Amino acid sequence: MLIVSALITGLGLGSMYGLLALGFHVTYAVSATVNFAQGSSMMLGAVFAYTFAVRLGWPLPAAVAMALVLCAVYGALVERLAVRPFVRRGSNAWLMATVALGILADNAVLFTFGKEPRGFPMAWASGSIEVAGINLAPLQLVIPVAGIALAAALHAFSRYTRHGKAMLAVVQNPEAARLMGINVPLAILGAFALSTVFAGAAGILIAPLFNVHSDMGTVFGLKAFAVAILGGITSAWGVMLAGILFGVVESMITALLGSSYTQVLTFAVVIVALAAMPNGLFGRVEVKKV
Amino acid sequence: MATAWTRRSILGLAVAAAFGASLPAFGADTIKIGLVTALSGQSARAGEAITRGLTIAIDELNASGGVLGRKFELLRRDDEATPAKGVIAARELVFKEKVAVLFGGLDTPVSLAIVPIMNEAKVPFMGPWAAGTPITRNGANPNFVFRVSAVDEIVDKAMLQYAQKTFNAKKPGLILINNPWGESNEKGLRAAMDAKGVKAAGIEKFEGNDVDVVPQLTRLKQGGADSLFLVGNVGPSSQVVKSLDRMGWKVPIVSHWGPAGGRFTELAGPNAKEVHFVQTYSFFGKQGAVGEKVMKRLMATYSDIKGPGDVTPAVGVANAYDAMHLVALAIRNAGSTDGPKVREGFYKIATYDGLIKKYSKPFTPDNHDAINENDYVWTQFIDNQILPVGMKQ
Repeated sequence: MLIVSALITGLGLGSMYGLLALGFHVTYAVSATVNFAQGSSMMLGAVFAYTFAVRLGWPLPAAVAMALVLCAVYGALVERLAVRPFVRRGSNAWLMATVALGILADNAVLFTFGKEPRGFPMAWASGSIEVAGINLAPLQLVIPVAGIALAAALHAFSRYTRHGKAMLAVVQNPEAARLMGINVPLAILGAFALSTVFAGAAGILIAPLFNVHSDMGTVFGLKAFAVAILGGITSAWGVMLAGILFGVVESMITALLGSSYTQVLTFAVVIVALAAMPNGLFGRVEVKKV
Repeated sequence: MATAWTRRSILGLAVAAAFGASLPAFGADTIKIGLVTALSGQSARAGEAITRGLTIAIDELNASGGVLGRKFELLRRDDEATPAKGVIAARELVFKEKVAVLFGGLDTPVSLAIVPIMNEAKVPFMGPWAAGTPITRNGANPNFVFRVSAVDEIVDKAMLQYAQKTFNAKKPGLILINNPWGESNEKGLRAAMDAKGVKAAGIEKFEGNDVDVVPQLTRLKQGGADSLFLVGNVGPSSQVVKSLDRMGWKVPIVSHWGPAGGRFTELAGPNAKEVHFVQTYSFFGKQGAVGEKVMKRLMATYSDIKGPGDVTPAVGVANAYDAMHLVALAIRNAGSTDGPKVREGFYKIATYDGLIKKYSKPFTPDNHDAINENDYVWTQFIDNQILPVGMKQ
């Protein structure tokens, strides 16, 4: 019972880490840059959805759709304001700029949304159902399914759609892609928008089980970055699997050894794994042509 | 030459007059009272409650002429529930603003970080909320830290006593927030259980941002816990209740007062009412003369307060109100705002008919805590209101 229960908890949390880490993967793969404040993007998804669904009383699907659209707009703004101007000048200051923009978003939400955490009521998150002798909330089953479905959708998008193929072309050779008529800046902008949509979706999925507040994404963002590196940031499925693995290891350690060891041992496992496989569990060695 | 001197002197006089006139506006004659607490984030409501208790008391004191012929002025700073920010704010208020007494907030880690600064600066520190035992029992001599609030060590004894009496608890499980407040209570609960020969089913920690506490709770359930002792602020406590809900585990929960710090029912869901937690005061039920007076003032001062249910968290308001009056008495006894003299002034307080109780020799050199186990009230959330256990709305 202890193991199965921890496994279900780990799968749910791991899917969240995976979704956030996929955001890191999408932008890194296309532009070799990331939005370091993915946690803030996650928080924005939850705050937007809460505002539309609870405060304004919209039907949940409409609230979620609008929240994701706004997340995409925010992602595009991150790229336009905090990444592109620095990359153009060959500067790495986008590292700090994305963090700064995240802090700005956190504080803007603090002042507008309010200082107190709010509950996001959802029927699927409360009460419990029994599955294989384990009690859990229905949403806990939905989260891993939704996480894996989104990862599969990303895979399908990049392999089978024109826009996805255009993004892959940008990854392989931006200059050649530009000469083939692909709008490279637009592809990168789209990658950031997509990255933020993933983070926003994670925030919306986790909000009913957690609380909605301005700093709810901070720790998630940090763990997701560790997951992205662990999975090998260049591999979409690798990142998603690493997320699930991280969540399961985290919750197994808590269940079997006690919560005092959770953070220490989880990150120790990450360090050992990266020492053994520096490109991540599923990443490829990058070859630089000179 | 004479003309120039005259012009200069006139200008000088004008500047002096302007300065002189402006001094009272900057509060030079007031006794500054500092407050470092969370005014944003998950504990913002607690900070607001302390502010309201202090404001009502200060308004009363100022209306009756203040103390030593001077009125009180409250200066607030937001510590964002972070020790580092609390320390910066405390230093600014003590060394720059020269506050006579500094009040702390909800978070034990923040207060513990501020305590050494206060003892070094020899400025009294008053705790109206944070319950960590080492805040007042900090080993400093002289000790400048006083408190009008619950004390973990005493609350822990009361939690065990209440669980045994109300739920016939024989093997409680401990679920504690992983920070100095949780550690303080782990120590207190272990000592209380050892003294009564009670063995814990297990001791589990959880983080403030844990989404799912099921693994920890499952360990306690498998250890045979027949009740839970919960220590955590409102957000984390709600995660424990929601996790129990998901597990379908109905178990009595006896809690420290963390749930009182915010919208517990909204965050924890319908099972929030299952948590019985300690308070030092409730505005529900029959009130004494001071209780009625304070309630009227609160309703007159704050438009959002229509009745006792709107004074949340009541503990912050009540503790801060009594603490401010005790501070005023200490300053009056000292005849000065000099820190060491005010410290001695606390020991000279004979009686004070306060909101929580009638205080008699509330502070002595061996006891810097004015509230004891006889002053605790056991409460629960019914909808959004904190009511004494068993009381109907």
